[in-house]
Amino acid sequence: MKTVRWILGALVLLGILLVVILYATDVVFLPSGREHSGFFARALYIVILSALMVFFRILKGPTPADRIVGVDILGILVVGLCAILALATDRSWYLDIGIAWGLQSFIGTLALAKFMEGRTFDD
Amino acid sequence: MTDTIGLVMIVAGLVFDVLGCLGLIRLPDVYNRLQASTKCVTLGTCSILIGTFFITGFTSTGFKALLAVFFLVLTSPVSAHAISRGAHKAGIKLWKGSTCDALEERNKEAQQ
Repeated sequence: MKTVRWILGALVLLGILLVVILYATDVVFLPSGREHSGFFARALYIVILSALMVFFRILKGPTPADRIVGVDILGILVVGLCAILALATDRSWYLDIGIAWGLQSFIGTLALAKFMEGRTFDD
Repeated sequence: MTDTIGLVMIVAGLVFDVLGCLGLIRLPDVYNRLQASTKCVTLGTCSILIGTFFITGFTSTGFKALLAVFFLVLTSPVSAHAISRGAHKAGIKLWKGSTCDALEERNKEAQQ
């Protein structure tokens, strides 16, 4: 039963990846005439697919530590998303958002981890 | 030429991202999930940012990408260590197939 579930999940993931790579060549808000624009649209869709997998773990996770790991990983994924957006639209301020988001996510993760540990912020 | 190097590095980063998030779903335990996902996703995102630097060259976008790589490499292991230490202190059990728990043994030795 476990093997059947594993094979089914792998087939679904590979199918979604294949559909994204073959057909998802356009995002509405990106300028379409630029060089490599189809590649950047596919990359955006793949990062969004990874973020959906992380959302599954955040919603389901049995312990609080699982959810905190998910939030941390989501913050790192957003930095990559900002880099691809900056390449696709040729505007450098997307990476400013990325740097700020990464540092804020780091501080938030430290605060959540310390809160889970059961101590106050004083000691 | 540098365009091709940057695109190859972005593809490698996307592969690492997807595999790290798959490990976050698939593995049985908090510590295993942390081990898989934090390292894989950090390496993938750093690879995407270095690919951005290779494509754009010495412009403002490239330098901001290098700055983001610096901050990411500096902060990501610290947050992973804080999460695992907090989970261990909060009393979350290891997976039943795990073989050794070095921090627990060290705490027992310190109590004696």
